[in-house]
Amino acid sequence: MQPTSLTTEQIRALIAKGKLKDAIFKAMGIFCLAVALLVIVLLVSDMVAKGSERFTLDFFLNFASRRATQAGILSAWVGSLLVMLVTALAAVPLGVAAGVYLEEYAKRNWLTEIIEINITNLAAVPSIVYGLLALGIFVYTFGFGQSILSAGLTLALLILPIIIVSTREAIRAIPAMIREGSMAVGATRWQTCRYHIIPYAMPGILTGVIIGLARAIGETAPIITIGALTFIAFLPPVPFTEVSEGVNAGLFDWVMSPFTVMPIQIFNWTSRPDPAFEVNAAAAGFVLMAMVLTMNGIAIYLRYKMRKNIKW
Amino acid sequence: MSANTPTDLPVVSDRLAKNAMRHASERVIEALLFSAAAVSVLTTIGIVYVLVSESIHFFQNVSIVDFLTDTQWTPLFDDAHFGIMVLVSGTLVSSAVALTLAIPMGTIIAIYLSEFANGKVREVAKPILELLGGIPTIVFGYFALLMVTPLLQKIFPELPGFSLLSAGLVMGIMIVPYIASLSEDAMRAVPMSLREGSYAMGSTRLHTALHVVVPAAFSGLAASYILAISRAVGETMILAVAAGMQPNLTWNPMEPAATITSFIVQVALGDLPHGSIGYQTIFAAGLTLILITLAFNILGQWLRRRFRENY
Repeated sequence: MQPTSLTTEQIRALIAKGKLKDAIFKAMGIFCLAVALLVIVLLVSDMVAKGSERFTLDFFLNFASRRATQAGILSAWVGSLLVMLVTALAAVPLGVAAGVYLEEYAKRNWLTEIIEINITNLAAVPSIVYGLLALGIFVYTFGFGQSILSAGLTLALLILPIIIVSTREAIRAIPAMIREGSMAVGATRWQTCRYHIIPYAMPGILTGVIIGLARAIGETAPIITIGALTFIAFLPPVPFTEVSEGVNAGLFDWVMSPFTVMPIQIFNWTSRPDPAFEVNAAAAGFVLMAMVLTMNGIAIYLRYKMRKNIKW
Repeated sequence: MSANTPTDLPVVSDRLAKNAMRHASERVIEALLFSAAAVSVLTTIGIVYVLVSESIHFFQNVSIVDFLTDTQWTPLFDDAHFGIMVLVSGTLVSSAVALTLAIPMGTIIAIYLSEFANGKVREVAKPILELLGGIPTIVFGYFALLMVTPLLQKIFPELPGFSLLSAGLVMGIMIVPYIASLSEDAMRAVPMSLREGSYAMGSTRLHTALHVVVPAAFSGLAASYILAISRAVGETMILAVAAGMQPNLTWNPMEPAATITSFIVQVALGDLPHGSIGYQTIFAAGLTLILITLAFNILGQWLRRRFRENY
């Protein structure tokens, strides 16, 4: 192309063409984002529209039932809550400790490198494979059975990479002068971590924990794989109450109890041919969505606040 | 505290002892922190051990040749056939459908957010994408079966109630946020000077984006596509709900079919005795799944090395 041969009109036409292409692409970008937003809106509105007739107190206080109108999600939400408790108790200390180790203690050697590569790769392992791991190790080798404990530990392993990565990012954002100041007044490495690094990294760690738990509460596949039941019409034993004639439940008996969780209840109702259960699935789906989106919303808000507030 | 008087000597030795204690407790804490980090390695070892050891039992009963070439998958019938290709076809077809939707859509969103949108749009769009990525897959499964399938049946009246197509499309929507956010990070890491050079020569925004920024960020884009493939291949609940669970050797997305993952769910829903051939089958299926994911990840590593740009 010889630029000298172009007239002003031709150049203007070229510019107009370029601007038009820009505008078309911009429109495509907005369209794709709109599709994403539309999916969320459609999903939520459909679940509300279909499930609204089930939003009664009974729905939250009834067990699953063969009759759709009497079925509720009591055992499911209690199960989800208890599994999350076990998951958080296992994953948060482990994940934070691993993150602190990798950022503050680890020497740059092959061992550290293996651990780092390993964490990256674990994040890409399909969740159902964690279910197989748990089935082989927790359920049969350790003999935990199909219990809340097995499920909680499985989900803890699943979200461990998320917590480790967010802990590391939060710690990395703390400037070196904080550590130097602490060590200059005679604190040991652990005292520096305990009184400075971990408290200052807390908001970032918390964000990661919430995102991880939001992911765990919606996970279905690994829990089905370890053999959670779909029809549970009782609650795990409450500590120190009478479970049978003269026998009181111990403080930790509930961790070995069979259970069901919200996603499994939804799966069960979705896969029934009777359309009456669709209504239940919609209502339970909305409850689960509300839990997950609230948790994610809190995490997004926390991060936003953090970015505004922290000035080193 | 005054120093250098004889009465202070025990104080000094006390402090030395305390120092030694501090050293010891520091060591213990470091060891504890290290063992927490080592749990991730143990997890990997555990996964490999469980999958391989159960699969070895499985392959003592079923020959590898049959496993790879048989065209039927009926592990729980009396006339048992173990042709994994039946399940692999379902996995590959649904993943292909998902990626055909997710890769263009995710990439367009990423280019738009990184090169066109202003700060305000980004501030709104990123949380929306994050929320979309946070929706539980079982809810997406419900969406695929009860909303997308009826919608598609209006366009294709012959579409059955369960199909790889509707499950795949919803899976694609689910994957979009992963591609968009990782690709956007990669493109924003491209130095501004490259764009400025391009603008200075009179390029439009789109030309700069497609011919300067995308090639420069290609290794990052490839990484996001590989993660997307891993997600699609390993996705379970959308397929278990919306694609039916009958094994079906097909390359046609309009048909229902089981995938590797939905087969594992189906078996786990039943009651299988520990150590039976059916029990071992799901571990052999899991091993296949991991190997497929691994193959794509190695390909991704190679792509990243091949196209890595340094500035």
